[in-house]
Amino acid sequence: MAEILVQDLHKTFQTKDGILEALKGVSLEIETGDIYGIIGMSGAGKSTLVRCMNYLEVPTQGKVVVQGKDLASLNGAQLRMQRQKMGMIFQHFNLLMQKNVLDNICFPLTIQGVKKSQARQRAMELLEVVGLSDKAQAYPAQLSGGQKQRVAIARALASNPSILLCDEATSALDPQTTYSILELLKDINRKLGLTIVIITHQMSVVREICNRVAIMQAGRVVEEGSVAQIFAHPQSDVGRELVSKDSPSEGDTRTLTQDRIQSGNRIRIVFSENSSFEPVIANLILTFKEPVNIMKANTKNVGGTAKGDMLLEFMPGSTQQEAMKDYLRQRGLELEEVSDHE
Amino acid sequence: MSEAVISMLWQGVQESLYMTIFATLFGYLLGLPMGVLLSVTDQGGLSPNRVVYRVLDVIANVVRSTPFLILLILIIPITKAIVGKSYGPTATIVPLVIAAAPFIARMVEGSLKEVDAGVIEAAQSMGATTFQIIWKVLLVEARTSLITGATIALGTILGYSAMAGAVGGGGLGDIAIQYGYYRYETDIMIVTVLLLILLFQVFQMAGNAIAGRLDKRK
Repeated sequence: MAEILVQDLHKTFQTKDGILEALKGVSLEIETGDIYGIIGMSGAGKSTLVRCMNYLEVPTQGKVVVQGKDLASLNGAQLRMQRQKMGMIFQHFNLLMQKNVLDNICFPLTIQGVKKSQARQRAMELLEVVGLSDKAQAYPAQLSGGQKQRVAIARALASNPSILLCDEATSALDPQTTYSILELLKDINRKLGLTIVIITHQMSVVREICNRVAIMQAGRVVEEGSVAQIFAHPQSDVGRELVSKDSPSEGDTRTLTQDRIQSGNRIRIVFSENSSFEPVIANLILTFKEPVNIMKANTKNVGGTAKGDMLLEFMPGSTQQEAMKDYLRQRGLELEEVSDHE
Repeated sequence: MSEAVISMLWQGVQESLYMTIFATLFGYLLGLPMGVLLSVTDQGGLSPNRVVYRVLDVIANVVRSTPFLILLILIIPITKAIVGKSYGPTATIVPLVIAAAPFIARMVEGSLKEVDAGVIEAAQSMGATTFQIIWKVLLVEARTSLITGATIALGTILGYSAMAGAVGGGGLGDIAIQYGYYRYETDIMIVTVLLLILLFQVFQMAGNAIAGRLDKRK
């Protein structure tokens, strides 16, 4: 049985400019333990969809079944009970600004009537999980964006939910912080077996953390499947666009390096406009009869001129490294050593 | 200044404080729930209710658009029924409360509407009831703004209480009118005005200090 089952969901809003159809028949199945990405451009309906999953938005038509329960069949009190089993985090964190970190995390517990001392103990445990034990007495205004999101995650986990809904949870954060928050979510998913639903417009987030993904456009799911499959063969136009626009974040290169700590030396080379006509790498390989591994290649517009940027890795134990570097320098390429332990 | 005048002025200060503080207190007893209801039942509020909102909205507008001095005279029968007489500081509290409550309600409504919709949504996503959201989110997050509002209310009610002096309401306003207007003793009037300004300053400074100390957003 699916953890979250969404069937033919429609949602229309009455706005000043007329009727807005945010969802036009969305169906999804999210399995227990999934980290499920829902990606799309802004206005695609993904935030509305995630709000239908805990009935913050009541769908106009269609069904949402969570852990076997049709949300439409629940009364007010039952729905609130169900929501307590589903944590949610937001783009702008939505912490109580007038309460300190500890009280923020206690909040979902106090509204459930948990005793204050017990709630505090649980909150301290969670602060440990998100790595902010020293910030218990701080107020949200004193924290950075990443720290606020950690507090929000701790708060969302306080009542031991089995599902975590993330609405653009990393969109207000810089790449490095995004990466650390995603690592935390991955960790939580692994350790607590939490099902996580991630709404995002960043393909890097999906690639980093999700195992399944749905691509949305104009209120519909245009493509759905495993992340690996969609990355390899995107079927829809939006899918292709998202995949092609995706560029590795700083965090990725780091994991990559960590994974391959035993591999050969790396260099970064930069092509300028005139040097990019010659097939330098192919010629290099032909000349030295030794392959090099292209780890990453990219073209960027730097101040009006096209610059190629490539990360090469020599074969482990290669004896021709220095000669090869000279060869590249002679062809007018800029070279830079990349250390393994960066 | 004679001792008699000084003791009269001192009594005036006490009466003014008595009227202002109690009228504000009772004003909030009525105005706070009314303001909460206004913000909660409005379109886009926590639990929209067109009928409740309209009724409260009309009441607030009618009372607020009636000049205080006229309201004061208009409700003399009600004042008599509650206090037993229509003059003096205690009697003045009744019209003060009636005039202040809708004013306070509007300010409370405004303060609560300032609360970030995202925080309310977060509380809803955790399964909080409407009452819990009012009590533990709206009133807590709007705290600073509510206290600033209370400071404004206190000042306004002090001003209204002085107006009541025209019909024998007691307090500093009464003294200012009797001596300054009827007897042309301008010096006493000026002193009462200075005392009113002083009181107003004290309220304002205390209010700002409390609001600042309780604000955790900075």
